[in-house]
Amino acid sequence: MPVEFDSIREEHAAVRETVGKFDVSHMGQVTVSGPDAAQLTQRLTTNDVTALDPGEAQYSAVTDADGVILDDTVVYRLPEGESEDYVFVPNAGHDVQMTDRWKSHREAWELDATVTDRTEAYAMLAVQGPDSRATLAGETDVALADLSRFEIASGTVAGVDTLVARTGYTGEQGFEILCPWDAAEEVWTALDCQPCGLGARDTLRLEMGFLLSGQDFHPEENPRTPYAAGIGWTVKLDTEFVGRDALEGVYEEGVDEKLVGLELVERGVPRHGYEVTTPDGDHLGTVTSGTMSPTLGIPIALAYLPTAYAEPDRSIRVVVRGEPKKARTRATPFLDR
Amino acid sequence: MSFDVPEDCQYRESHEWVRATDGTARVGITDFAQDELGDVVFVELPAVGDELATGDDFGVVESIKAVSDIYTPVAGTVTAVNERLRDEPELVNEDPFGEGWLLEIELADEAELEDLLSPAAYRDQIE
Repeated sequence: MPVEFDSIREEHAAVRETVGKFDVSHMGQVTVSGPDAAQLTQRLTTNDVTALDPGEAQYSAVTDADGVILDDTVVYRLPEGESEDYVFVPNAGHDVQMTDRWKSHREAWELDATVTDRTEAYAMLAVQGPDSRATLAGETDVALADLSRFEIASGTVAGVDTLVARTGYTGEQGFEILCPWDAAEEVWTALDCQPCGLGARDTLRLEMGFLLSGQDFHPEENPRTPYAAGIGWTVKLDTEFVGRDALEGVYEEGVDEKLVGLELVERGVPRHGYEVTTPDGDHLGTVTSGTMSPTLGIPIALAYLPTAYAEPDRSIRVVVRGEPKKARTRATPFLDR
Repeated sequence: MSFDVPEDCQYRESHEWVRATDGTARVGITDFAQDELGDVVFVELPAVGDELATGDDFGVVESIKAVSDIYTPVAGTVTAVNERLRDEPELVNEDPFGEGWLLEIELADEAELEDLLSPAAYRDQIE
């Protein structure tokens, strides 16, 4: 996927106001099937996989024994009639690592499940925006009106057998379509709307405060627990999973730092790696993601800051090319949706 | 893709243009540069009266996706900056050789203009 097809601003506006499409085939797809498929995935993700009925999905985190996020993912329990039981979507470049993780724990726990990396076999396309249903409706036999958020159904798109999920990374109503890679062009072409690139994907997700793997968390360079990263709601401590005990401790003791939204009140653009300080210049943290919000027209960012700064309207500074710029903390999502 | 390279300007390899008249030069970034950057959201410029040396970075143009330094094509004293860019940075995209100009310089040495690229030479560079 290119950074932009036309302009980030145009592509961003299309998704917020009408509809746009993305080729997100760089995301991984790993299927898990067999008698112990649920148990294996339950024990490797923070959310409660057993709560999923066929055709339902959940956002979740994959943590190590210390409770550090290795990846964030969506776990889909596939509809009845599909040959596989579950598919989960690791981030770009993580599919091999995650497949190995599932397989090695399957061996260690002596579970009966088939784990297959399908990243090369599947394409994944997203159609997102208030008009996404209308755009997709004419091309699919899936009853889109019956598909609730985080549900997935089998059906055709442009005559191609697919899975259609009501998921996305933009905050808008939207759908993600899994199809065989060699049919991707037919499906893509059938979706008659603005093509969007990585640039708009980033500005759209950032306005919603959604995390970007490798940037807002990274197991080595920026190790964070789900509680620090603001996705503590995905952690179900009443389930058994790798990292649970460590996370129970974090939950009870609380976190020192949290991922906080902020807005520059002076002119400038906060970017990854910029320092955040107090008004007196004392170090507070570092921007993990930042941009000029195309929808709001203001500079926005995420940064890990001491927990005392996790409330809105704290006065801070973001150091832009050596210049401290006035900024304030604010709640995420930046945009009401 | 074809980019505007007006004949009445001279160019620096780093994609700034210069339009010189009577010892004063207006400076901006080229159509090619604005297209590479994408949607410009912020322009940081020097103050009127600042002295700029050839090749110095005198400011930045930021788009949604990137930050780009801008370099002084010819030395001199800043006599005007384009105040409209404060609230309308998108002018750099919409009209890079016109309303999206960045600043005006009173030239320290007009002979320096001869070191710049001609429209034909700059066109060769970007094509």
